[in-house]
Amino acid sequence: MLTLQCPYCGVQCDETELSPGGEAHLTRFGPGSDDTEFEQYLFLRENPRGVHFERWRHAYGCGKWFHAARCTMTLEVFGTYPAQVTEPPADLIEKIREKRPGWRWRDLA
Amino acid sequence: MSTRLATGGRLIDRGARVEFTFNGKRLSGYAGDTLASAMLGAGQTLMGRSFKYHRPRGVVASGAEEPNALMGIGTDGHFEPNQRATTQELFPGLTARSQNHWPSLEFDVGGINKHLSRFLPAGFYYKMFIHPRPFWKHVYEPFIRQSAGLGAAPRDRDADTYEHYYAHVDVLIAGGGIAGLAAALAAGRAGAKVLLVEQAGHWGGRAPVDGAVIDGKPAEAWIKDAVQTLEDMDNVDLRLRCMAAGVYDHGYALCYERLTDHLADKAGPRHRLWRVRAGRIVTATGAIERPLSFAGNDIPGVMLASAVRDYVVNWAVSPGDRTVVVTNNDDAYRTAIALKKAGLEVPAVIDARAAPEGPLVEEVKSLGVKVLSGKAIAKVKGRKFVTGVAIAAQAGEGAVLEEIACDAVAVSGGWSPVVHLWSHCGGKLTWDEAQAAFRPNPDKGPTGADGAVFVIPAGAANGEMATSSVLSDAHAAGAKAAGADAGDAPTAEVTAEGPIAPVWMMPQGAKPELRAKAWLDYQNDVKVSDVQLAAREGFESVEHAKRYTTLGMATDQGKLSNINGLATLAHALGEDIPQVGTTTFRPPYTPISMGSIAGEARGALFQPLRRSPLHGWHEANGADFEPVGHWRRPYTFKRGDESREQSVAREINNTRQGLGLLDASTLGKIIVKGPDAGRFMDMLYTNMMSTLAPGKCRYGLMCSENGFLMDDGVVARLDEDTFLCHTTSGGADRVHAHMEEWLQTEWWDWKVYTANLTEQYAQIAVVGPKARKVLEKLGGMDLSAETLPFMGWATGTLAGIPARVFRISFSGELSFEVAVAAGQGLALWEALMEAGQEFGVMPYGTEALHVMRAEKGFIMIGDETEGTVIPQDLGLSWAISKKKDDYIGKRGQEREFLASPDRWKLVGLQTLDGSVLPEGAYAVAEGTNANGQRNTQGRVTSTYHSPTLDRGIAMGLVKDGPDRMGEVLTFPRVDGTGVEARIVSPVFFDPEGEKQNV
Ligand SMILES: [Zn+2]
Repeated sequence: MLTLQCPYCGVQCDETELSPGGEAHLTRFGPGSDDTEFEQYLFLRENPRGVHFERWRHAYGCGKWFHAARCTMTLEVFGTYPAQVTEPPADLIEKIREKRPGWRWRDLA
Repeated sequence: MSTRLATGGRLIDRGARVEFTFNGKRLSGYAGDTLASAMLGAGQTLMGRSFKYHRPRGVVASGAEEPNALMGIGTDGHFEPNQRATTQELFPGLTARSQNHWPSLEFDVGGINKHLSRFLPAGFYYKMFIHPRPFWKHVYEPFIRQSAGLGAAPRDRDADTYEHYYAHVDVLIAGGGIAGLAAALAAGRAGAKVLLVEQAGHWGGRAPVDGAVIDGKPAEAWIKDAVQTLEDMDNVDLRLRCMAAGVYDHGYALCYERLTDHLADKAGPRHRLWRVRAGRIVTATGAIERPLSFAGNDIPGVMLASAVRDYVVNWAVSPGDRTVVVTNNDDAYRTAIALKKAGLEVPAVIDARAAPEGPLVEEVKSLGVKVLSGKAIAKVKGRKFVTGVAIAAQAGEGAVLEEIACDAVAVSGGWSPVVHLWSHCGGKLTWDEAQAAFRPNPDKGPTGADGAVFVIPAGAANGEMATSSVLSDAHAAGAKAAGADAGDAPTAEVTAEGPIAPVWMMPQGAKPELRAKAWLDYQNDVKVSDVQLAAREGFESVEHAKRYTTLGMATDQGKLSNINGLATLAHALGEDIPQVGTTTFRPPYTPISMGSIAGEARGALFQPLRRSPLHGWHEANGADFEPVGHWRRPYTFKRGDESREQSVAREINNTRQGLGLLDASTLGKIIVKGPDAGRFMDMLYTNMMSTLAPGKCRYGLMCSENGFLMDDGVVARLDEDTFLCHTTSGGADRVHAHMEEWLQTEWWDWKVYTANLTEQYAQIAVVGPKARKVLEKLGGMDLSAETLPFMGWATGTLAGIPARVFRISFSGELSFEVAVAAGQGLALWEALMEAGQEFGVMPYGTEALHVMRAEKGFIMIGDETEGTVIPQDLGLSWAISKKKDDYIGKRGQEREFLASPDRWKLVGLQTLDGSVLPEGAYAVAEGTNANGQRNTQGRVTSTYHSPTLDRGIAMGLVKDGPDRMGEVLTFPRVDGTGVEARIVSPVFFDPEGEKQNV
């Protein structure tokens, strides 16, 4: 059972306080998009053995959505940050680079 | 025969006799006994029968690893099967029963199974499932059913209570032996918040039995001092009878505390489940001795050497007058010494090693015990108890050299570190060649949120077997867990020990008839020959072989059998043990009660109950409730000896002809507010909501991004910036979360705020031709058709209560939904009931609501929708704005399969004979599909008896349905007959809507 720190209220949350929201930083494709784009947006997901960016909601706490950078193998949490961004904060990416040289996730590295 | 010794027994109090019963027989032991030691002390060596062959079995071990001595403990509501006699502490009045026998433990009919053993080989169940079906049904299944099941299931409701505790600590230490105590001292002195748990009822583990001397003191004295020191520390919590059951992600652990299992007085919670979040977890869980695989190693009287020594030293119990010790290592010599010191005979130590030597061996020899080196047990003699052993050369095939008369055999095949907790969360193991055991691989431990290894094995659990290294290793582990520098560790006197010789079969070339009597897994009756057969039949993976033979799958999870089993498999495959590897270790370490898992969550407390503000009135007025999410809503209000159906029909007729009241408080009520609220509403709903005028209501549909219909309800615009969204009763929380997700993660720059006000309002639907009259009688608002037209809302006071009145209808009748503050709901309801008397007012429930909406062809989320239905399927295209560029689900609905004209669409269905169509029935079409099943062309989504029309009515989704009005479809019933129904309009009643528009 994971623990993640909510970046809004600062609480170190137990997983039971959270609801998972799958992969972070998806770009929404609406009307006018082609089938490939829409499929990518709605269904195709990263499934890394390593660093992953995920969405979580502090559902039984402050109710806010946030993102977590977490290793799916070791369960190491590199950091959490508010969901109101389109990509991870630069300092977090730098931290992951230091800890995991050669790391890649989508077009991030 | 086992018996109680005249003196000794460090854990028993000879001044306190304790009476108990076993299979109805009165026996007695002493305070401090376990059930197993008390039974042995009373001469009861036969303790149960095995699961498959019903072989007579006695106790093998002295702790949690015991596979044989399983008992049903307690009576009636306190009865629990499969309790280990070795961990059950004795208390006055304890009631124990043995298991797996009929008619009695001494004479068991199922024992005949052992003569069938060649018909019950490895994979028996799998093979028999395949072989001729009639044979299975008439021969094997009755036989298996009769003998199946470990123990008996409790028949009564559990009379005990259970509870959960939560703890957040820096360091959790599992195990209160000398390793756990040393680790706790180091962590505690460093200032860490420590929780130290020990599964047994006493501290110190087996060090006192083994005669350890620590810091110059006997182990017993050192333990007493250590516990006292720890109890004096405010930052250390010590718990006995509390087992660390499982280790999970990020330092989460479950501990299982048995509060009253050892007491005659059962008051208070029986078990407590600790849900612990620990920074670091130290596993000081010790090691478990392995048996050796030789023929007859399951006959009562054959016990682990360490257990024999425990029974002698801890409880002054002699397992037999003459005990032969058989071993491949030096440690078992301690048992010979303990037996001799207790005045018992040890006819021989049989050592598989060619030339055992060292101080322990010398001491045993000096006590006059014969040491037979390079020898093995060919077979144990006896049936219900040991009568002797036949000796052979370990190097040979089992030719008997001599026989030795004895009544007990103490066996040691070496020690396996208890690595379970280390492994639960992914810790890897390494094979230690020198000790012939798996131990934790320190480079591959389970990691926590900080990326560091959070489980730290200590002492014997870490593969450190000598007392001195146990202490230094555990001390270092405790300090490391607390993030402190290790100071001086406790020290112990060192006794040199010679190397172990791995022995996986005894003798090493044992003939087939011996291998077929050499047990690996006592509890599931798995023999060496079964594992070898599995290997021959191609089950090469240890996980496959485990499932095929059931090795290690019983309630002891193979604590004794795993290593011997996989070594046997490795040999059969010609591979090394580490290549074969272990099976997965899964929590809990030993079984924990179902009650402890549930804790307080049972009966009325199983889940929270949501009550509408009128719930009490409903209860007092005969409501027949049904669950709707966490709510309880009245299904109907029965009068006298009405049936449910009669009651529902009365409520419908009364509402359609006069006046009905519905508690609609459970409807979701969500406020969407802000300068961008209109823009947001246009994305949330398929309709154009931004054009809705303040004072007006509009029915709206909400879809998921996939395009599927997820909720519906009436939206009221309260003012320019504010919308009130009504949702389905079960959907309020989900819809609110859906809104928040989009607002927070996609359109976070939009100025919109949402609030779920569902519980802030009571809402009462006032329905029927007399609805306006009763509200006018309450007084305070002008509710005329001119002032408040259909789909309008207004605020005011009714009967002096501030109210918001929506003129909306889900029944097709003239209808007002009145929302008041939750605390005023009951006052309004009672005022309506009183004022409505002259109009024949009656409350109605959810079933009348459902039937009336179906009579009007209104859809219900969850009936007409099931997650793959889009609004276009339901004839709701009118509620989908063509003017909007975008809404959630619009792009999804444009996908080929959703835009296809071939989809099943909503129609009404009217049976030709007036009967009610079966729920969920499918309409059949010509031909069959690829699986040979009848093709289908539609299905029933809602079906009711309509009291208004006095016939069955239904709605359904039918291929090309709206274009096939008048066609007759056939719906097969479960009994094989069919019922015919005509496709009609889904609006069965008042198609022009004249009744609601008055
Ligand atoms: Zn929070």
